[in-house]
Amino acid sequence: MPTVGLFIPCYVDQLYPRVGMATVELLEERGYRVEFPTGQTCCGQPMANTGCTAEARPLAERFLELFGKYEYVVAPSGSCVAMVRCHYDEYLAGRPGFEELKAKTFELTEFLVDVAKVDRFSRRFPHRVGLHQSCHGLRELRLGSSSERMVAHYSKAEKLLRMLDGVQLVPLARADECCGFGGTFAVAEEAVSCMMGDDRIHDHESAGAEVITAGDMSCLMHLEGLIRRQHKPLRVMHLAEILAGDKL
Amino acid sequence: MNHAPLAAEFVKDRPRAQWHDATLWFVRAKRDKAAQSLPEWETLRDCAAQIKAHTQYRLADYLEQFEREATKRGAVVHWARDAAEHNKIVLGLLRNRGVTKLVKSKSMLTEECHLNPYLERNGIEVVDTDLGERIVQLAGEPPSHIVLPAIHKKKEDVGAIFHKFLGTDEGATDPNYLAEAARAHLRAKFVAADAGLTGVNFAIAETGGLVVCTNEGNADLGVSLPKLHIASMGIEKLIPRAADLGVFIRLLARSATGQPITAYTSHFHGPRPGGELHIVLVDNGRTSIRANEDFRRSLNCIRCGACMNTCPVYRRSGGHSYETSVPGPIGSILAPAGDPAKFYSLPQACSLCGSCTDVCPVKIDLHHQLLTWRGELGRKGLISWHKRLGMKLGSFMFRHPAVYRTVGTVARKLTPWLPRSLVYNRFNTWGRQRELPEFPAESFRQQFKRRSREQQR
Repeated sequence: MPTVGLFIPCYVDQLYPRVGMATVELLEERGYRVEFPTGQTCCGQPMANTGCTAEARPLAERFLELFGKYEYVVAPSGSCVAMVRCHYDEYLAGRPGFEELKAKTFELTEFLVDVAKVDRFSRRFPHRVGLHQSCHGLRELRLGSSSERMVAHYSKAEKLLRMLDGVQLVPLARADECCGFGGTFAVAEEAVSCMMGDDRIHDHESAGAEVITAGDMSCLMHLEGLIRRQHKPLRVMHLAEILAGDKL
Repeated sequence: MNHAPLAAEFVKDRPRAQWHDATLWFVRAKRDKAAQSLPEWETLRDCAAQIKAHTQYRLADYLEQFEREATKRGAVVHWARDAAEHNKIVLGLLRNRGVTKLVKSKSMLTEECHLNPYLERNGIEVVDTDLGERIVQLAGEPPSHIVLPAIHKKKEDVGAIFHKFLGTDEGATDPNYLAEAARAHLRAKFVAADAGLTGVNFAIAETGGLVVCTNEGNADLGVSLPKLHIASMGIEKLIPRAADLGVFIRLLARSATGQPITAYTSHFHGPRPGGELHIVLVDNGRTSIRANEDFRRSLNCIRCGACMNTCPVYRRSGGHSYETSVPGPIGSILAPAGDPAKFYSLPQACSLCGSCTDVCPVKIDLHHQLLTWRGELGRKGLISWHKRLGMKLGSFMFRHPAVYRTVGTVARKLTPWLPRSLVYNRFNTWGRQRELPEFPAESFRQQFKRRSREQQR
């Protein structure tokens, strides 16, 4: 079986190790050999999104060096994969191996659906689940149809969740509005960011969700920060955790 | 100037911010329904983007063709390099004809040029005849939205303004009553006016004609009573052929308000009998935007306002927080092109969600252009020193995995032991309304390594 170079976002490495482990389990149970290149740190997105492109460049170069050799590169994050696939051109266009790197780098749910061709899980998650469509996965990687575009509805995350027994996806009033995390935006525009988060949480609560899930832990970190401060019973779980069989 | 504190001020009145958000989301939802009604929606967007791209590449040719054709039809075409030249041309036209009273239909270009205060300083009475624009004009405010200029006003606010300026009953908030009062007030202004000024939605190179879209018919009335019609337009409003118009007309109102078409789509081909038509073509920075490959596509904009209605930041921060005549995502691209030092904060007033890009009827890659702007501002040294320092330190740490691991371990081990008051200090902006994540004892890489060792055993 092919070897997957595991790309774990820096904040997942440091703050959400379980999300990384769940990703490993999901890949291994489909027969992939998983390697974690230990030289990896961060893809450079925080720098790039702040306009500090000179600081982002060396990190993009490191990424190509570390991951260029794998058959696949998989990350449990739409945002970090979008950085590689949609925004590394500015730094790496024309470099040997770069086009190949873009073509073989996948977000986890995308990899499970499109490459591993997963069509069933023999697991249960008997809960009311609110699916938060993280923006970069949705509108950069097109892991689902965004509500703005007039195309047939699809969602790779939804497809996988529905393979679990007992999952009840709750209908949201706003199917794919941003949670307000936005990287440094969360701090630079704290007031708007938190209001956006509150509004998302309210939507999931009103729809009767017990847990909010998403493909990006950064969105969930922001939402969970608000939820915990407000002592709400709502929980957050990364898609990888739910798919790997973790309990609520 | 900085967007964030103004946005925070707007958000502080949470019920009002929620009302503003819901009001604009309602328009977005109407747009979705209208777009769904056309199976060819995405094709139309593709066509519109291609027509605009083509026009940008051959702009000089089309502008000259437009001038020729419009002149043939009896219009007079003026060229204005910038806002000052535009305003001077308009004032000259009015002065030469002894005009003292001007009625205007909606024109974001004249907002951009600050025409009203200029004319008023020169003794001209200017009345905005679009209801929303009249409301903000009476209130002494700029529009907060390009299609819905007074969307930040509740009917109670409008009632108070009309009571003060139009003498409506105190406390009256009934929309029909207020609209009727505005009608009577504006009717008198229309009758008394010596000249009418309109904006332009589309100018057709092939025919030399202009198209103006309104819902209130105020543009038609404003230029049908007086003899002088002045039409002010940015040079990007051009389309090549009359046959292209249908693509844009079908997209415009659906994107803007969810209507299939605006109530009035008025075509002006030359002056009416006995009248004069003057068309002022304004550059005001557009040529330099066009010369820039990264930002050229922003000139595709047909000013539908859909990016504002869908923008989660705009909906919650209000149009005035942008301090520019065109707010929201498109304004945050256009404004820094004119004055990067003044509008440096606008490209950062964005979570990069990309909703604007997907909603845009002419497929401007708005959120990517905002990201490109951030890089531009960085190169121009217009990023705050603390952000820059933070990113320099971050980049150093991420280039040295050992440093990264050590910093991570220390932060994870130490933070849980610190007193809450120290962690949630006043510089911890994250923690004002949010808890920090719980810090795990081990990082992923430690867990993965341990697991691999155990498996080998």
